[in-house]
Amino acid sequence: MSAVISVKNLVKTYVVGEVEVKALRGVNLEVQRGEFLAVAGPSGSGKSTFMHIVGCLDRPTSGQYFLDGQDVSRMSKDALAAVRNKKIGFVFQGFNLLSRTSALDNVELPLLYGGGGMKTAQRHKRAMEVLNAVGLVDRADHHPNQLSGGQQQRVAIARALINNPSILLADEPTGNLDTKTSIEVMGIFQRLNRERGITVVLITHEMDIAEYGTRMVTFRDGLVVADKGITRRRIAQDELAALPEPAEAV
Amino acid sequence: MSVFMILRIALKALGRNKMRTALTMLGMIIGVAAVITMVALGTGAQTSIEAQIQSAGTNMIIVSAGNFNMGGVRQGQGNASTLIPEDAQAIAQLPGVQYTASQSNMRGQIVAGNQNWNTQVQGTDVDLPLIRSWPLKEGAFFTPQDVTTASKVAVLGAVVRDQLFDPMTNPVGQVIRISHQPFTVVGVMGSKGQSGMGQDQDDVVFVPYTTVLKKLRGITNIQQVQVSAASAGETTKVADNIAQVLRVRHKIQPGDPDDFMVRTMEEMANVRKEATQTMTALLASIAGVSLLVGGIGIMNIMLVSVTERTREIGLRMAIGARGRDVLLQFLVEAVVLSLFGGGIGIALGFGVAQGVTLWQGWPTAVSSNAVLVAFGFAAMTGVFFGFYPARKAAALDPIDALRFE
Repeated sequence: MSAVISVKNLVKTYVVGEVEVKALRGVNLEVQRGEFLAVAGPSGSGKSTFMHIVGCLDRPTSGQYFLDGQDVSRMSKDALAAVRNKKIGFVFQGFNLLSRTSALDNVELPLLYGGGGMKTAQRHKRAMEVLNAVGLVDRADHHPNQLSGGQQQRVAIARALINNPSILLADEPTGNLDTKTSIEVMGIFQRLNRERGITVVLITHEMDIAEYGTRMVTFRDGLVVADKGITRRRIAQDELAALPEPAEAV
Repeated sequence: MSVFMILRIALKALGRNKMRTALTMLGMIIGVAAVITMVALGTGAQTSIEAQIQSAGTNMIIVSAGNFNMGGVRQGQGNASTLIPEDAQAIAQLPGVQYTASQSNMRGQIVAGNQNWNTQVQGTDVDLPLIRSWPLKEGAFFTPQDVTTASKVAVLGAVVRDQLFDPMTNPVGQVIRISHQPFTVVGVMGSKGQSGMGQDQDDVVFVPYTTVLKKLRGITNIQQVQVSAASAGETTKVADNIAQVLRVRHKIQPGDPDDFMVRTMEEMANVRKEATQTMTALLASIAGVSLLVGGIGIMNIMLVSVTERTREIGLRMAIGARGRDVLLQFLVEAVVLSLFGGGIGIALGFGVAQGVTLWQGWPTAVSSNAVLVAFGFAAMTGVFFGFYPARKAAALDPIDALRFE
């Protein structure tokens, strides 16, 4: 298996006023294709900084980052934007959907920045496909304020999927959701990971959410302090089936 | 991203906040409408002046006694006593001169029956209707005979006729009194309206200039000689000749200033035109200020919009928008705002100009130049005032933008 993500001696230093803050102090990590990696750690541990660099939103101070075998750690801003567009699908805690814009248009948004000049009909078709993958075809015309939190996050996942990214980068995706909806959303990640072989990197500080992954790395003080496979993996599908009352639709 | 796509995104973004979009546009609309209306008023005034000058006769030359600056004493034109009827006769002999008329004016109280009216009494010569291309409505102008004998005959202007006689009466043959002396009315002029100087040309009574000199004022000098050149193209040359002849006749030494003034209608028209142009420029620049304020309004709203949509910008960047995509998006929004505003403003300006013509009777002319300039300026305002907020948006760091609350 080839490594999708390979970081070598990653260092990130911020200068805040006079003080240098070392957010990452030399992180080495490899993530294989098809893995479901949970990144855990308390706040200030450097996991957010790690996610920003892995997500190509930021560049490391030193060290290397290979995404799909390509060194992206020294790329220009515009080149990084193109990498984000093509290879990374972001899912945020706060959904970050455009308000007063239909789910379909929200999902299509990354296609507008990819270049290539896709036809409108073609874009719609692609968007409907990924909306189907998250089970929201019948909500394509709804605006975010007409959707529940879980549905909004599913639209966001569909948006992340539309360019067939190498990795799905989820930053606290269940932070704004209740327990049941959280399980459902994690179920979607697990399904995409299992059925499509999409590499998922999940940033979370909740241990029980991290247990939906296949592997967990723990950050502390800018270093990886633990890296182990998850032995008793939670399976969202089974948990949902076991839930006593499926009364309410998401 | 295609231009069409960017435009669509901009329209969508503007459509999300219709009230704000409308109010921001309003600034632009008022600015552009003001510029269009003001320029239309100015252009209209200019056009009507040109028309009046045309009607007065472009080949007219006016020779006035005195100069603005003569012998250290500054006097108004026509107040010096240096011009005499013989000067007019000498001017009439010059080549290229078609008609001349000596002028001696005064104000006087005119009485007819139980009506009276204060007006200008112009002593003039028989060729005046030809010089001014001014036809008579009733009767006839006085004759050379009347001038030679200083007869007490009068020709009424349309306003004076209306003031002194009721519409049913034929004034020709009636006797009026000018400064207590009886004059027989021999004719009534047609209506001429306002002059290029804004005077009512019909509020006048014409009598032979000799009568004014001998019977009314008891003087020998005249105030003006009105001259008409044979062709409009020759007026400047004829004016120069007149000046030379008068200098010789008045024995003015070389180097000494003239004791008279020769002005062509063209010169006077130009002075008037320049004044109107200055006025137009002034009005337009005041209107331009409101356009500027409109532009600042756009900048203000765009700045607010950038701050408000920081998370949206962060998201767009996270999913692959480059700095220039974001810059273009906000710039196009600003330009769309200003162009729509400009378009509506032009239509409104058109309407207001029409309204002014309709209700105030002021002439207006919406020039295509003004429309182009206003529209171009609106677009420029959009780019200029949209650029700073757009650049601010493009310079955002995606991480900070995403975290922004």
